[in-house]
Amino acid sequence: MTERLIFEHSRPGRRAFAQAPASAPAVDDLPANLKRESALGLPEVSELDVVRHYTRLSQLNFSIDTHFYPLGSCTMKYNPRACNTLASLPGFLNRHPLAPASHSQGMLACFHDLQEILKTVTGMSAVSLTPMAGAQGEFTGVAMIKAYHEARGDTERNEILVPDAAHGTNPATAVMCGCKVVEIPTDADGDVDIEALRAKVGPKTAGIMLTNPSTLGVFEQDILEISKMIHEAGGLLYYDGANLNAILGKVRPGDMGFDVIHMNLHKTFSTPHGGGGPGSGAVGVSKRLRDFMPIPVVGREGEGKSARYRWLTEKDVPNTIGRVSTFMGNAGVLLRAYVYARLLGREGMTRVSEFATLNSNYLMARLKQAGFEVAFPDRRASHEFIVTLKKQKQQLDVTATDFAKRLLDYGYHAPTIYFPLLVPECFLIEPTETESRETLDGFVDAMVAIWNEAKADAATLKNAPVSLPVRRLDEVAAAKSLDLKYEPADDARSAA
Amino acid sequence: MPFIPHTDKDITDMLGAIGADSVDALFSEIDPKLRDVDISAIPERASEQAITRLMQERAARDAGGLCFIGAGAYEHHVPAAVWELTTRGEFYSAYTPYQPEASQGTLQVVYEYQTMMCGLTGMDVANASLYDGASALAEAVLMAVRANRKSKSKRVLMPASVHPYYREVAHNICTNQDIVFETIGFDHVTGKIDMAALEAWAGEDITALVIPQPNFFGVLEDVDALTDWARNNGALAIGVVNPVSLALLTPPGEWGDGAGADIVVGEGQPLGAPLAGGGPYFGILCCRKTHVRQMPGRVVGRTHDMDGRPGYVLTLQPREQHIRRSKATSNICTNQGLLVTAATIHMSLLGPEGLTNVAATCAATTRRLVSRLAALDGIERVFSAPFFHEAALRLPILAQPVLDALAERGVLGGVALGEFFDGMDDVILVCATETKTEDDLAVYVDALSDVLAEMVEVA
Repeated sequence: MTERLIFEHSRPGRRAFAQAPASAPAVDDLPANLKRESALGLPEVSELDVVRHYTRLSQLNFSIDTHFYPLGSCTMKYNPRACNTLASLPGFLNRHPLAPASHSQGMLACFHDLQEILKTVTGMSAVSLTPMAGAQGEFTGVAMIKAYHEARGDTERNEILVPDAAHGTNPATAVMCGCKVVEIPTDADGDVDIEALRAKVGPKTAGIMLTNPSTLGVFEQDILEISKMIHEAGGLLYYDGANLNAILGKVRPGDMGFDVIHMNLHKTFSTPHGGGGPGSGAVGVSKRLRDFMPIPVVGREGEGKSARYRWLTEKDVPNTIGRVSTFMGNAGVLLRAYVYARLLGREGMTRVSEFATLNSNYLMARLKQAGFEVAFPDRRASHEFIVTLKKQKQQLDVTATDFAKRLLDYGYHAPTIYFPLLVPECFLIEPTETESRETLDGFVDAMVAIWNEAKADAATLKNAPVSLPVRRLDEVAAAKSLDLKYEPADDARSAA
Repeated sequence: MPFIPHTDKDITDMLGAIGADSVDALFSEIDPKLRDVDISAIPERASEQAITRLMQERAARDAGGLCFIGAGAYEHHVPAAVWELTTRGEFYSAYTPYQPEASQGTLQVVYEYQTMMCGLTGMDVANASLYDGASALAEAVLMAVRANRKSKSKRVLMPASVHPYYREVAHNICTNQDIVFETIGFDHVTGKIDMAALEAWAGEDITALVIPQPNFFGVLEDVDALTDWARNNGALAIGVVNPVSLALLTPPGEWGDGAGADIVVGEGQPLGAPLAGGGPYFGILCCRKTHVRQMPGRVVGRTHDMDGRPGYVLTLQPREQHIRRSKATSNICTNQGLLVTAATIHMSLLGPEGLTNVAATCAATTRRLVSRLAALDGIERVFSAPFFHEAALRLPILAQPVLDALAERGVLGGVALGEFFDGMDDVILVCATETKTEDDLAVYVDALSDVLAEMVEVA
């Protein structure tokens, strides 16, 4: 099953008449050279064409609402419907970002409450909600670290330490902030190699970016020692919150000694992922970075019924690294996170990490029993863990990709594959707390069945998927021929 | 337990399979000092019914107000089908299409979006979105520095008539990489970029020139002359556009004598995203094919499967952080995918005629509002050049108190420009989109007339 492009449904003169003004009034004061002559390149279709087309397209997707989606490091948990419904109330949807504070008290109250909740659950001193995704949260974090050193006249610190297991966004962010990346190796247990770290820390150290639990699915056992070492050298610690779901309400980055943290609200606070975004990368800071936070931040004056909320500005945050989004970041995402946080409450937050960890350790134990090799068998899993398929590769010539594609045929979205780069033929598996035991058991059965298929005939995996709208896609050809938009004249293609 | 399906029996059985005594034991590798946390300041859980009531009360506080504010976010009618379809679980709860065979819906939507954005802008290539208009401009500047290999200066000319928040964000993001912004003033009569100020930079090593169309004041720039100036001076031309305006205006791909702008960015919000207090919106970024490998963010390409059937994948990934790490074109990972889905559906519903009608109706409605407001005593247009759907108006008294008084009467009358520009304490920026009826305009005109009558008398 495939669906034609919307442009291929187009017929000259057809349109959805109800949705736009009936005519185009003359605008006769436009200079001739500024008037558009060329066609807009939009399709001409009816409302039913549109509804049917995009409904069909949606049905070509795997999603949390339709499939188990254990994509490691992405926290694909259930996205409660109430969050969307309540963030979409007309009073919120129609509020202009530059509406006066007098007409924005409802939304500002939600933002302020959310700031307070996030502050408490992470153990930080203050929170700014404005970064629009994890990577932008990282950017503001490193920019604050840089600004902090510069404000102290400590201008030689331009090195950011990044473990080799880190997300690619970490080194990319450090470079975007004009810093140099110093990579730190991982030891045999999956922790940061503390002696290698000691050798790299020094007067040029601006800070370290850590994910804890790490992308290897284990909690950094030496975190307090690392924190002490970095601070003694004059550096600051950045916490990548990609894996916050593993410790929510249980352990706090602030208590570990982190100076700045970003949270992926689309992961931990389930706001959702939207097919690739929007996210939200709210940042929390320790006392020493409070004055450097990105704006806008919401402040409160008075208590209870007489409370008034307002935007804090440069005057309130004197060393702010400034604005990083046009307005208030992904405001609607923040409302969803707020509703989710209130539905969980404090007990619910702790349960998130407890049951995410229970599910992960259960799934790891079951897969181990079934004969799969896990990357760190002697460690507890955090909310995620790694299976390495190098044995299957050696013995049966099937790769992590082959396993992943065959899982799709069994109705499971594949885990994250080939990340972290340190573990060969790896699956990074994150089941999340919202999945039932039966779902996890079903996944184990599928993994075992696929392994058996591989033993019988590797071609079953090599040819997968066979039950999806398309079979395995040629990514090399895509990069080589670069077809990035539909060209109506290209008839050869529609014949394909 | 909210959103957790486990029964007591599940928990016991699962712990048995793991070989652990308790759930707490699963955290045994964490230093006990770290495990004793106090989060009692977080409220106890609320039921869905209770939180619904709270949010309804709060939303009601923000409701109402006839909105004539633009300044980067615009109230447009969004067809009901747009968000009905966009929030289908299959779009809403999917993620980045890392497994393309299981994500053809999302991928095809992005490919259609890229095609539509190339059509609207007249450019060769569009990416799958950035965060918003301001951060898209920052990325465009970084991209221009990479793409303009002949320029060594990292000097970017930034007109003062670009949205002040865009300028701030571009500054905050780009100066970390030692990029220098030089401000180009505007002509105080026309509101357009001051060509003499620009000409002062002729012959210098300039990496890029930013060209807003329309500019922050709503004014239409001489984009042909500006694009040619950039080309003649070895600078890349970065257009900053409102996508709805492109239904009426020459697309950036056709600006100037040559092949148009090099990079085009803009705020995607007017294409189907509600105002929503500032986001989520999405950043548009388009460029010429020659610069595609310097482009930040995701891009979708069409290819074929093992049986030769067409299909879609993320492509050119070696530019991105998950492959290139410290050598990536940007750190961006998550983008604004769901907003792109909404925009694609929105543009399909409107079609070329619908979008043109929207744009022309906005322009005509603002013209009617401006002429009626300018007929009031002491109010005049600040700039003489033609505009799209926003205009700056000078009031006889300070602007902010007037806007406050209007807000008390339920009219959000615009933005006071004194906060952003010297000598504009008495100037407001107003916008009237296709959502405003004749009655709405009359409400505004009457309210302003009353407010001025009261306040001018007092003054």
